[in-house]
Amino acid sequence: MKQFEALTRKNDHQAVRYLVVDDSVFARKSLAKMIESFGGQVVGEAGDGCTAITEYARSKPDIVLMDITMPQMEGIEAVERIVHEHPDARIVMVSSVGYQDNILAALQKGARHFVQKPVKPDALYEIIRYVLNDDGVTAPVGAGGEKSR
Amino acid sequence: MRMDLIQPFIGSLDAVLAEMMKAPARIVDLTMEPEGYRRKGAAASVVFRGQIEGRVVLDMDPGAAAQVASFLTGGEVNPNEPMIPETVCELANMVIGNAVTQLNDRGFQFKVFPPEILTQEQCEAAGQDSEATILCFETPNGNVHLNISMQYHARRSRERSSVTVS
Repeated sequence: MKQFEALTRKNDHQAVRYLVVDDSVFARKSLAKMIESFGGQVVGEAGDGCTAITEYARSKPDIVLMDITMPQMEGIEAVERIVHEHPDARIVMVSSVGYQDNILAALQKGARHFVQKPVKPDALYEIIRYVLNDDGVTAPVGAGGEKSR
Repeated sequence: MRMDLIQPFIGSLDAVLAEMMKAPARIVDLTMEPEGYRRKGAAASVVFRGQIEGRVVLDMDPGAAAQVASFLTGGEVNPNEPMIPETVCELANMVIGNAVTQLNDRGFQFKVFPPEILTQEQCEAAGQDSEATILCFETPNGNVHLNISMQYHARRSRERSSVTVS
């Protein structure tokens, strides 16, 4: 997998911490691989919205990657609850179901961005970089983000 | 079955396979099946309810599924590995999610449920009077079958329209 310029936190130069929420173990593994290629660290995983809420409170991640269609509690409701408790939460929706109503609902509930599956690592990297830079969490890296050899 | 409802699923599978397998997939067979469905490889199903109701089954030869798993994990995956059914589930999620997105943006309202791995060899028909369309895609690593069984509820659509107008 392509390696990207590592995104690190501006204040302590540590790896960006991620919470990955998806009911598919396989999808979580695939996203974890991408996060690894971004120089990040997965600090928590959840397979449904309820677990995501408790995992967020436990792990205090820098950013959350959240699926929409999940059993028990769907991603959009989980976003609403997490943002209600933690207004600074940075959540990026990652879903195969990308119709406008869904995207709009997620953004209205406090999600910062949306990525449609199948996820392209370059697109996800750019979105994460944008969301984190916007909040001053990471120091900007060069456009494209590919590691120089 | 209405072809305009099926076309987004065909286009979505074609696009996702091309992305994941880095090789062309072509339709080699199309059949209509009024009875149940016999699983051919590793399969997952997704159910949806609303103006369009039904079920889509994605059924892959293990070699084709292994190729997709290798792409998604960035490493070599054996066709016998336990992650293969999970791979098909995730692929079904992507294919059907993308198709549903297109249909929803055209004005069809319905809810999609999470994909489930099909473990039994024989699946029952999706419902009374619902005939399935089965498409077989040929890829360099094996065949991929898409079983689409759905009904369009025009009445619900009209009811929705009349509520909107009033």
